[in-house]
Amino acid sequence: MVNDTISLDQLTGWLTRFRDLVTEQVSYLTELDSAIGDADHGSNMTRGMGAVVERIQASPAGTVDELFKGAGMTLVTSVGGASGPLYGTFFLRVGTTAGPVGTLDAPGLAAALRAGLDGVVARGKAEAGDKTMFDVLAPALDAFDDALLVSSDISSAAGAAYSAAQTGRDATEALLARKGRASYLGERSIGHIDPGAASTSLLFQALAEILVKE
Amino acid sequence: MKKLINSPETVLADSLVGVAAAHPELRVDHVNRIIYRAAPTRAGKVALLSGGGTGHEPLHGGFVGVGMLDAACAGAVFTSPTPDQMLEATKVVDSGAGVLHIVKNYTGDVMNFEMGAELAAETGIVVSVVVVNDDVAVEDSTFTAGRRGVGTTVLLEKIVGAAAEEGRDLAAVTAVARQVNESGRSMGVALSSCTVPSAGKPTFELPENEMEIGVGIHGEPGRRRVPLAGAAEVARQLVEPILADLDFTGAPTIVMLNGLGGTPLIELYVMYAEVRKILDAAGITVARSLVGNYITALDMAGCSVTILKADDDLLHLWDAPVNTAGLRWGI
Repeated sequence: MVNDTISLDQLTGWLTRFRDLVTEQVSYLTELDSAIGDADHGSNMTRGMGAVVERIQASPAGTVDELFKGAGMTLVTSVGGASGPLYGTFFLRVGTTAGPVGTLDAPGLAAALRAGLDGVVARGKAEAGDKTMFDVLAPALDAFDDALLVSSDISSAAGAAYSAAQTGRDATEALLARKGRASYLGERSIGHIDPGAASTSLLFQALAEILVKE
Repeated sequence: MKKLINSPETVLADSLVGVAAAHPELRVDHVNRIIYRAAPTRAGKVALLSGGGTGHEPLHGGFVGVGMLDAACAGAVFTSPTPDQMLEATKVVDSGAGVLHIVKNYTGDVMNFEMGAELAAETGIVVSVVVVNDDVAVEDSTFTAGRRGVGTTVLLEKIVGAAAEEGRDLAAVTAVARQVNESGRSMGVALSSCTVPSAGKPTFELPENEMEIGVGIHGEPGRRRVPLAGAAEVARQLVEPILADLDFTGAPTIVMLNGLGGTPLIELYVMYAEVRKILDAAGITVARSLVGNYITALDMAGCSVTILKADDDLLHLWDAPVNTAGLRWGI
């Protein structure tokens, strides 16, 4: 069955599942960040997404923009470091572009995610190959868009995005970091997966999983 | 880990309680983690706001007061504060003449301050920004997040604070800030790592007979690890890269010999003597000196050298009265 829309409940489930995944993977993310950063990515993402889900449970969003703007502001105010503004900006832009609706169709979701990526680029000034979350986000959204050209089924598009995200994540291992604290390591940053790329891959894993469950 | 704390989780909150108790001339917003002057910003005076992760004391909270900052936002240890803190602090200190944000060049700090400035702009407050990036230890600055903000931040907060106190407008105050940043260079050395309370163990291991040259203020790696040497040789390794980066001849300079938190003052003076010998030999005029712990990395042993190429105006602003917990003269 082709599923060409995604509901507010499903999008809420996406954020909750993302919270679960970063919580399960907290040690892995922190381990990656110990190698080339300051060893706080796992705890920062767990704390931030924990706050997001608490907020949603306390006062469920009535519209898609409310959901994502709330998530974005919560991340911005609770995380600090670089991941707070980057993930926060991503969700704020997703919310603004999605608008006050209860459901998104496939092109609507694609446009919202694309706006999120543009926000991350505007905030972090990262380019392809800098060894950042961009190296997962950009190819995942390209795969999402490409899949929609073939079929309007959101769950297969999300599956394609997750697959591209994993490839992008693994490809950061060979890259030389040019942004963030890891960039000061120069050649020593090579041989480690970027922690932001790893957590962004979990974001697409979460989307793919909640859509498959339906 | 041996530290005088109640628990790693409460270090920041507990220290802010101490700041409030010790300094009746300051106010502490314990919810938003902002230190600001008790007296409201004088009408027409540009306000100065800085902030960053804690663990660098007295920077920034210790530099809030007459002649320096109007407010400082405190993040967790070595972690940037968040935009809502910057927004709140900007609102508290703005007198209508605008607010200068002084940001050290670290990815997290830059992004969080940028979002804070955007939020403040939405409320109609005019904000300008200076990003301090003076660490010559970072060599490939075009291929990295750029030079880090270190010692020059202290000199900048003092000098620009005096410019604001004199009643210069936001554009003029910002111009002085940019001039100081462009004219200041720093380089540091670590003899030991630091211990972040929440980590409970040293960030890196440095053997007894080695030092890390070009270290930052967060226990991040430096340019290279070399055998420990005497003060004269260490001074040479710190000063030479600074002099190679900027021509300091023909102008009065302000020189800071800064301790990173775990080095006694007597050693800082030994180091300062060696730095002066090198500068004298290089024909550089030292007009003002500052020796002590001003921008630290918790309990790291080591020091940094900052040299600022000044002019009559910067020296005049440097000499102006200042009354803060961390820097006080002319009062």
